[in-house]
Amino acid sequence: MQSLERAAAILQVVAGSGGTLGVTDIAAAVGLPKTTAHSLLRTLLGVRFVEQDRAGRYALGQGLLRLGTGHLDVNELRSRASNWTDALASRSGQAVRLATLEGERVVVVHHVFRPDDSAQVLDVGTVLPADRTALGRVLVAFAPHRTVRGVDPARADVAAVRARGWAVEDSGWEAGAAGLAAPVRGSTGLVVAALGISGPAETVLDGHRGARPRLVAMVTESAQAISRELGWHG
Amino acid sequence: MDRFVLAVDQGTTSTRSIVFDRGGRMVSVRQREHRQFFPRPGWVEHDPMEIWANTQRTAAQALRDAASSAGEVVALGIANQRETTVVWDRATGRPITRAIVWQDTRTADLVTRLTARPDAGIVRERSGMDIAGYFAGPRLRWVLDAVPRARERAERGELLFGTMETWLIWNLTGGPDGGVHVTDVTNASRTSLMDCRTCAWDPELLEFFGIPAALLPEVRPSVGELGTATALGQPIPITGALGDQQAALFGQACFAPGEAKCTYGTGSFLLQNTGTELVRTRSGSISTVAYQLAGEPVHYALEGSVAVAGALVQWLRDGLGLIGTAPEIETLARTVDDNGGCYVVPAFSGLLAPHWRGEARGLVAGLTSYVTKGHLARAVLEATGWQTRDVVLAMAADSGLALPALRVDGGMTTNNLLMQFVADVLDTPVVRPMVGETVSLGAAYAAGLAVGLWADVEALRRNWHRSAQWSPVPARAAQLDAEYPTWEKAVRLSIAWGAD
Repeated sequence: MQSLERAAAILQVVAGSGGTLGVTDIAAAVGLPKTTAHSLLRTLLGVRFVEQDRAGRYALGQGLLRLGTGHLDVNELRSRASNWTDALASRSGQAVRLATLEGERVVVVHHVFRPDDSAQVLDVGTVLPADRTALGRVLVAFAPHRTVRGVDPARADVAAVRARGWAVEDSGWEAGAAGLAAPVRGSTGLVVAALGISGPAETVLDGHRGARPRLVAMVTESAQAISRELGWHG
Repeated sequence: MDRFVLAVDQGTTSTRSIVFDRGGRMVSVRQREHRQFFPRPGWVEHDPMEIWANTQRTAAQALRDAASSAGEVVALGIANQRETTVVWDRATGRPITRAIVWQDTRTADLVTRLTARPDAGIVRERSGMDIAGYFAGPRLRWVLDAVPRARERAERGELLFGTMETWLIWNLTGGPDGGVHVTDVTNASRTSLMDCRTCAWDPELLEFFGIPAALLPEVRPSVGELGTATALGQPIPITGALGDQQAALFGQACFAPGEAKCTYGTGSFLLQNTGTELVRTRSGSISTVAYQLAGEPVHYALEGSVAVAGALVQWLRDGLGLIGTAPEIETLARTVDDNGGCYVVPAFSGLLAPHWRGEARGLVAGLTSYVTKGHLARAVLEATGWQTRDVVLAMAADSGLALPALRVDGGMTTNNLLMQFVADVLDTPVVRPMVGETVSLGAAYAAGLAVGLWADVEALRRNWHRSAQWSPVPARAAQLDAEYPTWEKAVRLSIAWGAD
């Protein structure tokens, strides 16, 4: 724990400088040998809690600044995702939704209509059944705390969804309708949302009631594109 | 083999080249920002050579990206920042000064002098719009007065004038080596030099503003042959050009009288198609040309420009630090149920449509100790909705046309709270299209229509699909209707505040 205290002291010194500091000044300020300070700074650089300018001087890093804002605002998420969600609806011909976990509830945060100009109602804010929708299944399978209370992992197809990286539903929510969904990751790699399409079962599924591979590819690629937009480099 | 269209959107901050397919879907997109020059307070300039280089570069890249898709690019359309003025040497292709951007206010004194002339009424009578520094004509006059020998060189025919589409088309078609010097009717209508009924340069307006006719490009329809681009590696017919807001109207498929779109960006720009008859305005909207298809009559529009919309959200972020990113305003606004009696009038540099009061200054009204940052966030979003209502009411008074629905685009349309407020405050459905890039799409539609990629505007209408709709809630609409006089009072106060 001593090294943690020392690292914290270094961060306080760098933050307190209001600008950049060299390793000699930092070592002197926290009362450590230069080699020890240098080794701690290398670790802090690795997790981007500090960064170095061209002269080799240290400042607080982006990783530290992001720490306090790790929670991704859902309205921010919608705004950053909307170019891809529109394109996905346009290319797949299906309705597109983005959902997140709010506590234990699966909530729609963005909805793009099926591009057929039929009467549709925006359902942003709607709570979806976690185990019977593709969006819910993705969020349950990739929940950071691994279990979502009240959801039977078997019914939610958790193992299969984790293994293949996407989820499917067939008339689970609405008779005759089917859906596909894939995880969206934030900058830390944690799953922050699920992106999915839904529509008449015969358009989403093939003759054997399996997901159409073309649509699976579209959904997973779009989810990856949104993840990259959010800063994920995996 | 599919057939594609290349659209160039030459905007205020960047130049974008996008290839679209026949379904109106994006095949490739490239973008490059250009520098903003602020040489003096109120002055805003761009480097035309940089913009031309960015156009060539992004267009070549977008064409290369699209080459992997099985399609042939058969036409090029241009949408451009409006009223930005370029003057260049026709022999060398070099601008004689940097482009004067539409936001630039250097012509204020010139406009005051011109307005005071006894014959000033001719400008509104012929051009359809009052004299204003907003339009290109006064900027061109400023260049002729300010740049040494510019007037005599212009009179000898050595110089050419153009707004951005003219500058780009001239360069795309060869520049000093046979470049075509043309403008489209929508851009020409923003100069104050064109007769808005005949759509030709008006000799008396030219005399009024002191502009030699030799400088001016030929006025052409927005949809039709303009020239052949030879500067992009492969010859591509240039067959569409529109000012950016008119392009958005076209891209939103607003082809029937009454149909309207509003673009919510830094400011907001609402245009309503008024058909083939010019509407003489009295209520604060302005008449403008919407588009013209070759061989067909001109279609007109009413326009209501609001200077500050998204810029107010940016102020909440950068000026007050109440939010970290612009979309977070919705989260903050949803922490409360109403505005708590708070109103924000964002008259940062006066009010444009429908008030046209340059002296107005912004205010926050109705503060009590009850008001929190959540209420302020609501009031900020509602300001954009109230201003839309101001503009819509002025247009309805001028045109007598009902607004069946408002088609929206721009960054703020992902804000559900704002879009629902707009629907409620207008008591009109608000709809968002699947393709948010309406400016580029409009340029692509114009160009593709001219080469028969789409048969007619009905085919374009079938390409338009709703991605979202916000319907008015009757009880809420009635409540906001009753609240409107309070907003109007706040606007009057902001005008009075700046009056002396």
